[in-house]
Formats: sequence, structure tokens, C-alpha cells
Amino acid sequence: MSDEDREVDGKPDQPTPLRGPDEGVPPHPEGKRPSVAADITALATGLKTTLGEFFSPAVTLEYPEDKSPRSERYRGRHYLRRYENGLERCIGCELCAAACPVGCILVIAAENTDDNRVSPGERYAKTYEINMLRCIFCGYCEDACPVQAIVLGPEYELSDTSREKFIYTKEKLLEPLPPDVQARLQTKAKET
Amino acid sequence: MTGIYNDPIGHWVVVVLAIALLLFVVLTATAYTVWFERVALGHIQRRPGPNRVGPYGLLQLAADGIKLAFKESFIPAKTEKLLYVVAPTIAVAAAFLSWAVIPIGLWYNVQYWIADINIGILLIFGLSSLNVYAIFLGGYASENKFSLLGGLRSAAQLISYELALGLALVPTFMIVGSLRLRDIVEYTVTWGPYHGPIPLILLTPIGFVVYIIAAVAETNRAPFDLPEAEQELIGGFLTEYSGLKFVMYYLAEYVNMITVAALAALLFFGGWYLWFVPPILAFLLKVVLFLFLYIWLRGTFPRLRYDMLMRLGWKVLLPLAIVNVVVTGVILVATQG
Repeated sequence: MSDEDREVDGKPDQPTPLRGPDEGVPPHPEGKRPSVAADITALATGLKTTLGEFFSPAVTLEYPEDKSPRSERYRGRHYLRRYENGLERCIGCELCAAACPVGCILVIAAENTDDNRVSPGERYAKTYEINMLRCIFCGYCEDACPVQAIVLGPEYELSDTSREKFIYTKEKLLEPLPPDVQARLQTKAKET
Repeated sequence: MTGIYNDPIGHWVVVVLAIALLLFVVLTATAYTVWFERVALGHIQRRPGPNRVGPYGLLQLAADGIKLAFKESFIPAKTEKLLYVVAPTIAVAAAFLSWAVIPIGLWYNVQYWIADINIGILLIFGLSSLNVYAIFLGGYASENKFSLLGGLRSAAQLISYELALGLALVPTFMIVGSLRLRDIVEYTVTWGPYHGPIPLILLTPIGFVVYIIAAVAETNRAPFDLPEAEQELIGGFLTEYSGLKFVMYYLAEYVNMITVAALAALLFFGGWYLWFVPPILAFLLKVVLFLFLYIWLRGTFPRLRYDMLMRLGWKVLLPLAIVNVVVTGVILVATQG
């Protein structure tokens, strides 16, 4: 009994009378109750449907073995990229750290010198750390970077065993040297 | 062998060994019924089911068993302690006792049984009634409103469907003239050139339909699983049970499921007789098919509303069973004079 009813007739709140199974049930939309045969057909249709599903292949992706494909634009683990000649792209401008909404990026820049040229610009990132526990994978760092140094890759299985391991350092983030540069450096090291 | 059997001590040794073997077989069968159910339900829902532990997940039940066995044996503070502990043992004891009278056909004229008594099926009915006590006492002793409601529902449901279940089988007994399960399977007819055993479903099709529906309700399986309706009663009578006491109820449910499947095979489908198929395989095949039917029903139908359950039991199945008995009686009198 709703509040309006009580105001109209002014009677005290009465308990709802008990109803029989068919009492007060609105009539069937088609006018009469379906026949027993129709009921049994409905049951048989249900059984047929589930049996069809039983013989259809499972849609489960068995995760550790099979993985669903990631979009090209998927935002997973970060990478610091290099140029083809092996120089680091990052110029230590700290725009990524400024753009980061949760402040999980730490950049400490240092000057490039002729003896120690790390990036083509004036400065390079001496320290580059991302706290992956704080990171929300929004990709703003990637948008903010003027030299496309930081990008978010497709890897998403980032679990680890301690909090310290989630502070990704520059060594962990930086792409390996291109193979040709690596080979050149090795021959150079042999010569000297 | 007969020498050992006639010796009073040797007799008991043989009986105890036979019981141990049967228990082992039934327990293993139960474990693999659970596995079968989970895989079959999984495939009905387009997923593979358990497939990690062992090949095809066949050792899943070992893993589950170990996990449940090492759980703390917890008894909630306000329970009726004695009843709370005794109730699950009633369930599991009644479930296993039924197997004492079920003959397992190994070969033609070779069956495995513990007791070949002439009221076998009656004993099974009696034991399945005991199941009501297990569930109701469990629900009552838990001192929990959901458990109590589950127990009450169970008592009402089992009593209602037991009548239909019993009456559904009466025509079979009338035709065969025996309550011994072996006699029912071995019932032979001479129809023109054919002389041999027949599946009794040909003679009592309505009895079979009523039996199957009532048996699902009797074992508290979906769509008649009102006593443990998860969505409304949490776990029904199982709410307060955990660890090994939960295992006992769980085990009892699946043993009962196999029992009614085996009974359906024995009573209506000629037990171990199937064309030229070796008897043990024929028997197993029939039981597995009935188990699949149960799982299939569970995977298909939603649970009945409580008043509809009662209506189906009292207004449909019971009159149908009574009419079946009367019609069978009339036909028997007319044909046999």
C-alpha cells in the first residue's frame, strides 16, 4: 500500500491480504494460458539449445598459453626509445614529468659533453625513473614528449614480488642498442 | 570360493571385502561424476571446464578433496552441536547404504551386489526418505534462518515427490511381480518370435517420465534445488557447513544422483542388457547417459518457484502416477485374465 492510498481513504495501514497462486495475476497477453503441449515444446526447445551449445567449441581463451591480441594503440609498459644511430631520444626536458597526473616520473637531466654524448640535444636524462605502482597508464607522458622518446608498449603482465621492483629505472626502460650499432661498438672495443 | 563363503568367519571376510570394494568403486565414480558434471556444464556454457589439474582436469577432484580435508573443522557457536555433526553423517550413510542392494551387472548372470534382498527397491526408498532427516536436521541445527528455510523446503519437497516417485514405480512391480532389482532387470517376455529381456520403459512409459522428474526433485538437483537456492537462501541447509561436513553432504548428493541414474537404468532400460554390448559396458553407458541427462537439465532449466514446485508435485505428477497405476492394473487384468 503506497502513501497516496493511505491519504485518500484515511484508513490505517492494513497488511496485504494473502493471495492464491493465480489471484491478481494479469491475464496472459495472448488471452489464454499456453497448452501443455506448448509448454513441453518450450522445454524441448531449451534442451535443444543447450545441447547445441554443448557441441559447439568453447570460446574460452586459455590465458597463459593463448593471449588476446592488443591494439596498436594499447597503453602498457613504457619504453625509452633511441635513434637509429644508437643515441637516446630523451633530452631531459621533464615535460613528461610535468604532464604526469600522478607524478610517477622522475627525471634528472645532465649536460651532454663532446666526450660523453648520450643524446643529440644539449642535455640528456641522467636518471629516468617511473613508479609503475603509481602509473595510471594514461599516456600523457607520450603525448607531452617533444622527441617521441617515451612510448607505451603492449606488455601488460607487470606483476612482481616487491614494491621496490616496481620502480622502473632507466636501464630497465631504455631500448637496447640497434644491432648494427652494437656490432660497431664491439669492433671498436677490440681495436682499442 | 564357496567353501570360504560357507565358513562363518570366511563369510564375513568376503562380505567386508566386498563392501570395501564397492565403497571404493562408488567413491571413485562419485569423484568422476563431479568432474563429468563440471566439464559438461562447462561445455553447455561454451567453456572447457576444469582442465588444469592432470590430463583433462581428471585430478581436479583430488585437489579439491585435499583442500576441503585440510580446512578447519569449524562448528559455529550457537548450533545444536550434536545434531549439527550427526546430520551430514546421516546423509552420507543413507546415500551409500542404497548401493548395498543395487546389482551391478558384470556379465550375463554375473552381478555384483552386497545384499540380494527381495525388497531391494523398498529399502532404497526408505533410505532416500532418511535423506530428509539429514537435510532438515542440518538446517535446524545450524540455528540460521536461511538454513532453517532450506531445511523446511527440503522436507516439504522430498515428502511431496516421494509419493510420486513411489507410485511411478508401482506399475513396474505389478508387471514384474517382484521388488528385487535383479528380477526386474531379468524380466523376460515372449512376443511372437522374440523371447528375452526387454526395457520396461516400453510397458510403463508414463511411469518412466514421472520417475525421472520426481527423481530429480528427490535428489535436490536443479531445477528442483530449492533447499539450497543460492540466490535467495545463500546456501540453504549448507550455509553453515564447511570442510569435511560439507564434503559429506556434497558426496551424498552425488552418490544419490548416481543411485537414481542406476535405478533408472535398471528399472526402465533393462540394466545390463543392451543388444550385443558387453553387460558391464551397457550398464555403465546407461548410467552415464542418465547422469548426462541430469547435468543437461541443470544446464538448461531455471529453478522452479516454490508454489509451482508444489503444484507440479501434487497436481500433475501424483495424479498422473495414480492414473498410470490404475490403467496398468486394468490392462494387466484384461490381458492375463
